[in-house]
Amino acid sequence: MSNLVIVEHDNNEIVAATLHTITAAQQIGGDIDLLVAGENCQAVAESAAQITGVATVKVADNAIFAHQQAENLATLIVECAKDYSHVLVAATTFGKNVLPRASALLDMAQISEIVEVKSPDTFVRPIYAGNALATVQSADAIKMITVRTISFEAAAESGGSAAIEAISGGTDTGLSSWVSQAVSSNDRVDLSSAKIVVSGGRGMQNGENFSMLQSVADKLGAAVGASRAAVDSGFVPNEYQVGQTGKVIAPDLYIAVGISGAIQHLAGMKESKVIVAINNDSEAPIFQVADYGLVADLFEAVPELDAAL
Amino acid sequence: MKILVCVKRVLDPQVKARVKADGSGVDLANAKMTMNPFDENALEEALRLKEAGVAEELIVVSIGGGKTEETLRHGLAMGADRAIHVVTEEALEPLAIAKVLKSIVDTEAPGLVLAGKQAIDDDSNQTAQMLSALLGWSQSTFISELKIDGDSATTIREVDAGLETITIKMPTVVSVDLRLNEPRYVKLPDVMKAKRKPMDKIELDSLGLDTAHRLTTLEVIEPEPRAAGVIVNSVAELVDKLRNEAKVI
Repeated sequence: MSNLVIVEHDNNEIVAATLHTITAAQQIGGDIDLLVAGENCQAVAESAAQITGVATVKVADNAIFAHQQAENLATLIVECAKDYSHVLVAATTFGKNVLPRASALLDMAQISEIVEVKSPDTFVRPIYAGNALATVQSADAIKMITVRTISFEAAAESGGSAAIEAISGGTDTGLSSWVSQAVSSNDRVDLSSAKIVVSGGRGMQNGENFSMLQSVADKLGAAVGASRAAVDSGFVPNEYQVGQTGKVIAPDLYIAVGISGAIQHLAGMKESKVIVAINNDSEAPIFQVADYGLVADLFEAVPELDAAL
Repeated sequence: MKILVCVKRVLDPQVKARVKADGSGVDLANAKMTMNPFDENALEEALRLKEAGVAEELIVVSIGGGKTEETLRHGLAMGADRAIHVVTEEALEPLAIAKVLKSIVDTEAPGLVLAGKQAIDDDSNQTAQMLSALLGWSQSTFISELKIDGDSATTIREVDAGLETITIKMPTVVSVDLRLNEPRYVKLPDVMKAKRKPMDKIELDSLGLDTAHRLTTLEVIEPEPRAAGVIVNSVAELVDKLRNEAKVI
């Protein structure tokens, strides 16, 4: 067996999700190589070579991969994949965008968002917003896999000494061009990797009220998240969204404030170690998954919590 | 320009999925079914493009058993001009679905294919990207804004870090996110009108495609339920529990 893990990065740093993906590859077994495709991404390749358990880092440094758009990157993955039994990438918006394209070009099925490796050809993945877990066995020659990062520990970022190998390849399809990326406003603590998350829902009533949650979050070293309802209402931008179609997170502590707990929201946070719900509706479904529930007006409870910390 | 919108019949998002006792899958017998919510956004966008004069004809396509027709009728009631029903009782995997859709695209030659970013039943999030690959077209996924300008389009994508703007060459395959628009409600006269709109039936076998399963589902189970929690009576009690019992702050 041999695994190729596609590194997610911004040409400077590796996105942490990649480290979790490498652990999934370790559980499959066999050699692990990394693919770094980008432009002026040597720093990424050098950090990648330090990650424990990696044999070779393949680097495709080419302007056609500057923003790692799916059309060009998929052609490179297709060329590299033929040497491997497994190709893995994190189930982030990056991985979800590119891997199905490469899979179809290879005529291989993709196994999306695995949460467990049962054997090299058998994996567990959530379906129906996590309300069911399917165990699936793949008959394909190359297993194309996206990995749900919360289900696998991060591989150690140091201790390795992989070889770095420059590669060419890939096609400039000219099909799409990158224009711009809006800078995230959620820059205090990274929501995907935070140990504590304080999330607000429709009950927050407006965007200004999220400053109450930010204050609590700052005291706890926490990130701020939101339900889809809060994002749809324009209280906070999309990158705050936790849920089936937003980020799937599993912090040590998740504090849900003014969130009713729709199935789609629970799908994004119910693996959290400890869940707190603060809501004035005692019938809200969020209380069914909460370890600690407080039935209270959030506009009284949150300032009180802030003062108590 | 023609627009093709791909839609899927799924369990209603308000209904909690129940796993069958024999572990073979999710029990859909007598369950409330609906058009996949993301696909409704895709169809709504297509309707708006037609109303703005960007497109002349709007086709909805779906693949599935007999009742798939209900979902397509809903699409016609929303305002699609005609429907294509690829008939099969088998649940196809995304790669096979993409192959079927490619054959429809080859016949219909749309300038734009729209689809929801994922179906809320198997949560695969693959079909649009795979279709785009098989066609050799551009793709833009998880979009919250779409502007078509001649032979290119500008899209805003909802990505983990925020919003990404890219331009893509037409023709293209685009997968849409929920914030793209607010799908319209269907009115009763539209439902009546939809009954008279054309619906092509194509037997899957007649397409001569390799749609064989690559994956075998060995088991479907319910996840472990969380242990029951407690209701605390005050913020002070909550903070005490978090500090001394759960030890997470």
